[in-house]
Amino acid sequence: MARDTLTGSRIRERRLILGMRQAELARATGISASYLNLIEHNRRRIGGKLLVDIAGVLGVEPSMLSEGAEAALISTLREAAADSGVPVAELDRVDEFAGRFPGWAEVLATGHRRIATLERTVETLSDRLTHDPNLAASVHEVLSTAAAIRSTASILAETGELEPEWRDRFHKNLNEDSLRLSESSRALVNFLDEGDTSDDRRGMPQEEAEVFFQENGFHFPALEDGSAGAEQLIQTAPALTSPAARSLAQAALTQYQADARAMPLHALEEEIQAKGVAPVAIARRFACGLSAVLRRLAALPEEVLGQEAGLVVCDASGTLLFRKPVTGFAMPRFGASCPLWPLYTALVHPNVPVRRNVLQQGRNAAAFDCMAVAWPQEMPDFGADPMYRAVMLILPGAKDAEDPQLVGASCRICPRQGCPARREPSILKEEF
Amino acid sequence: MRLRTGPAGGQRREGILLMGRHVVLIEDEPNITEAIRFLLMRDGWSVDAHTDGATAVEVIRDANPDLVILDLMLPGKSGLEIVRELRMEGGMGALPVLMLTARGQMRDREMAEKAGVTRFMTKPFSNAEVLTAVRDLHAQAGQG
Repeated sequence: MARDTLTGSRIRERRLILGMRQAELARATGISASYLNLIEHNRRRIGGKLLVDIAGVLGVEPSMLSEGAEAALISTLREAAADSGVPVAELDRVDEFAGRFPGWAEVLATGHRRIATLERTVETLSDRLTHDPNLAASVHEVLSTAAAIRSTASILAETGELEPEWRDRFHKNLNEDSLRLSESSRALVNFLDEGDTSDDRRGMPQEEAEVFFQENGFHFPALEDGSAGAEQLIQTAPALTSPAARSLAQAALTQYQADARAMPLHALEEEIQAKGVAPVAIARRFACGLSAVLRRLAALPEEVLGQEAGLVVCDASGTLLFRKPVTGFAMPRFGASCPLWPLYTALVHPNVPVRRNVLQQGRNAAAFDCMAVAWPQEMPDFGADPMYRAVMLILPGAKDAEDPQLVGASCRICPRQGCPARREPSILKEEF
Repeated sequence: MRLRTGPAGGQRREGILLMGRHVVLIEDEPNITEAIRFLLMRDGWSVDAHTDGATAVEVIRDANPDLVILDLMLPGKSGLEIVRELRMEGGMGALPVLMLTARGQMRDREMAEKAGVTRFMTKPFSNAEVLTAVRDLHAQAGQG
């Protein structure tokens, strides 16, 4: 994505943070307010002396305006501020912080992500204690046996005169129960061990699978030319340590393989060169579903697609199952995303292709061309409710972004005021 | 008092005749059943033990006991469901029910109280606790 197209947006943000009117800034830099307005809406390119002048008036480095700081980094820093629970005085200078101290900002963001991962692990573990039926049954077994032993033992210990038949009976019971207790407690320990030693070191299975995909750039040449199968790739991947992550990655790779077979790389490349990125045309040419095309496009290397592309897949609960990040489009790490994403519009209109230009709220307001569709996960059957999943392809640099739809990442860090879709209050008080 | 009944519990009817204090115990753990049966018989109760949740309501209705001791997790039907059904039956609205459970969480306790359990006891319990609870419940029911 060409970052310099957003210089104007950054100037506007910075000016608004300082509470300066457009006319004031225009006067200070010797241009007309209407010209500044065009610049601020990215309708005029800006560089050279004017940029230096404007940066001087706004009190920032010119590079801060021309390059900005990484949107995802800023989004993570905001999340960190939100989750810290202490009032952060310099929330309005997060951009500057990330721009001037990128290394430190990255340290902070990494720390925050790590905390989020650990919190999630704790949540999962406590969920497991409450809801895991195997664990509940195991604990029940141990406690029941302990109850039987305790009752029986205290009868033997406290009852002065006990008939021999009862005494023998209770001794036998005690023996049986102690054996059962040692077995059930061993089973419980094994059960807990199995979950904790390997799985939770690295965090959630989904994270492991994501790391694996990221390490491979979301593209798998071996699956393209058929030289290896999904299983082989999984087995040789060091990033995938837990069985749960392996099965997640395997499911995604199997899907990848099927999509790659339906739309072979070379044929698809030719199609894109001839007609551009036109998902419906591709779907017709290869006789496959639009959802497969969107997934497939996101799996192409950047040089084949001609641009960066992000992808999200969710199930009917709205939970993100798969994420391919794209520069400038913030995706919440945990928790629910913005319900205004076209992904969710598609989810409630199954099989209807949805295409929207969206502008993600935030400092680096960037427009994205989003294409989404929901498809039945399995062939629906009579008498069974269909299960839908939705996929959204996210392409930076929407062309006709005249009237883009405003969306966020997640409510907590979204500054939009009066949003009808708001689920919880934002930590950001300012209006941009 | 000295008991002359053996461990098999085949002579429980004798208990009814002698004492007139009758408890139905629904518990799928045989050794807990045996220990509680022994304790309560020593305390002068006649004890009917039953393991299956599905037919528990019927058994209780037929026995018409003074008290019910019920496990929460039972094969066939949960202790909570059994209590709910008992409370809806005519004539058993005030029957004292002592619920035993291995999960002592707050939520379980609330649900048990809502279902109409009179008293709640978490495993592992001591024999003295069981006896005290049973005596209290019986005394309260007698007053009411």
